[in-house]
Amino acid sequence: MASTDEIRSDLADIVNEVAGVPADDVKMDKSFVDDLDVDSLSMVEVVVAAEEKFDVKIPDDEVKNLKTVGDAVAYIERAQTG
Amino acid sequence: MSNTVNDAGTRTRGAATLAEPPTGTRSRILGIGGYRPRRVVPNAEIVDRIDSSDEWIQTRSGIVSRRFADADETVAMMSVAAAREALADAGVEASDVDCVLVSTVSHLLQTPAVATIIAAEMGASPAAAFDISAACAGFCYGISLASDMIRGGSAKHVLVIGVERLSDLTDPTDRSTAFIFADGAGAAVVGPSDTAGIGPVVWGSEGERFEMIRQEAYWPVDGFGGEAEGVEPDPESAKGAHVLRMDGNPVFRWASFEMAKVARKAVEAAGITVDDLDAFVPHQANMRITDAMARQLKLPGHVIVARDIVDQGNTSAASVPLALRRMHDDGETRSGDLALLIAFGAGLVYAAQVVRLP
Repeated sequence: MASTDEIRSDLADIVNEVAGVPADDVKMDKSFVDDLDVDSLSMVEVVVAAEEKFDVKIPDDEVKNLKTVGDAVAYIERAQTG
Repeated sequence: MSNTVNDAGTRTRGAATLAEPPTGTRSRILGIGGYRPRRVVPNAEIVDRIDSSDEWIQTRSGIVSRRFADADETVAMMSVAAAREALADAGVEASDVDCVLVSTVSHLLQTPAVATIIAAEMGASPAAAFDISAACAGFCYGISLASDMIRGGSAKHVLVIGVERLSDLTDPTDRSTAFIFADGAGAAVVGPSDTAGIGPVVWGSEGERFEMIRQEAYWPVDGFGGEAEGVEPDPESAKGAHVLRMDGNPVFRWASFEMAKVARKAVEAAGITVDDLDAFVPHQANMRITDAMARQLKLPGHVIVARDIVDQGNTSAASVPLALRRMHDDGETRSGDLALLIAFGAGLVYAAQVVRLP
């Protein structure tokens, strides 16, 4: 099972790959839209890549609740243990 | 067969043998045509009513401008213009067309099919003529049907038309669709060939996602826009009630990722690899979808990717043939090239095939 920081770090790499955001900027308190300039379509791409990377399901209805990097990391942690 | 009366002089029911269709005929696209409405509509004309900006629309969709049809640029008029160009490209006379197949969701008359009047105006009568409802997937559905008609012997030359006036069905204040949908027509002539020119289709539907892109309300059963007998028709209110709605982000997810898998299957079904492709021509839904699909497919650098959406918008069933015609006119593709086509839309429905370009 990956640690919280490992998940954040892998997610940062995905955000970097999809949206070109420097991985170091992808911190837990950052908002995808307001701080990192990841728009909703890029967010969909991040989610699909995260599903593959972490072997979890993130349904369409959940995506809008993932406002910050911390929200996404927490969701992935719950989904992995669940 | 004359042998339907037995020795006792009584007729035997069902004894005659039916003629079989010819076998071994193959099909290909012989010509492509398009019609782009006259009026160019830049983002600046769209933004005020959706509280948006040119930059936002371009970032979200790749669209810089689109075309909206004027009153005289009807579904039939645009279709005939596109079809004539396709016939000229193919070197086929209208009188040699024996089936006209039209895909559209914006022929706003339930019956008869617009294909019949198009066939008559073209001089193709008494060609078989009918419309199909496969939304944005319509052109690739039509190519598949036409190919099978030719191989099965029910037609020799089929005119496949994709045409839309989506501006009639778009809510100009809807932030999900107002900057996306547009108008136009595209056509292809499909005919016989010595070698296979249309690869096996990979197609399907996902009715579980029926609500994801749809006309908002049913046409009223008691008259155009009227709630009860005696109410005067009100085209404006009817337009408001019957617009197309789309759940943008889930559609983006489905189109970008699920459709890339379908496209890959179509390449496999054709017995080739992506290295053999010369062009990738997806339904021009959104540049972001095209880009995401191209990344998933890992297309080699030599494969030209259709980007007609930039100044044409999303013209639904017309988008693939319009893009094909543009690539031909711009010299990006050549006769004999192999192109991967994929189209997908409301239903949800999808179809993909590899074709050899005329």
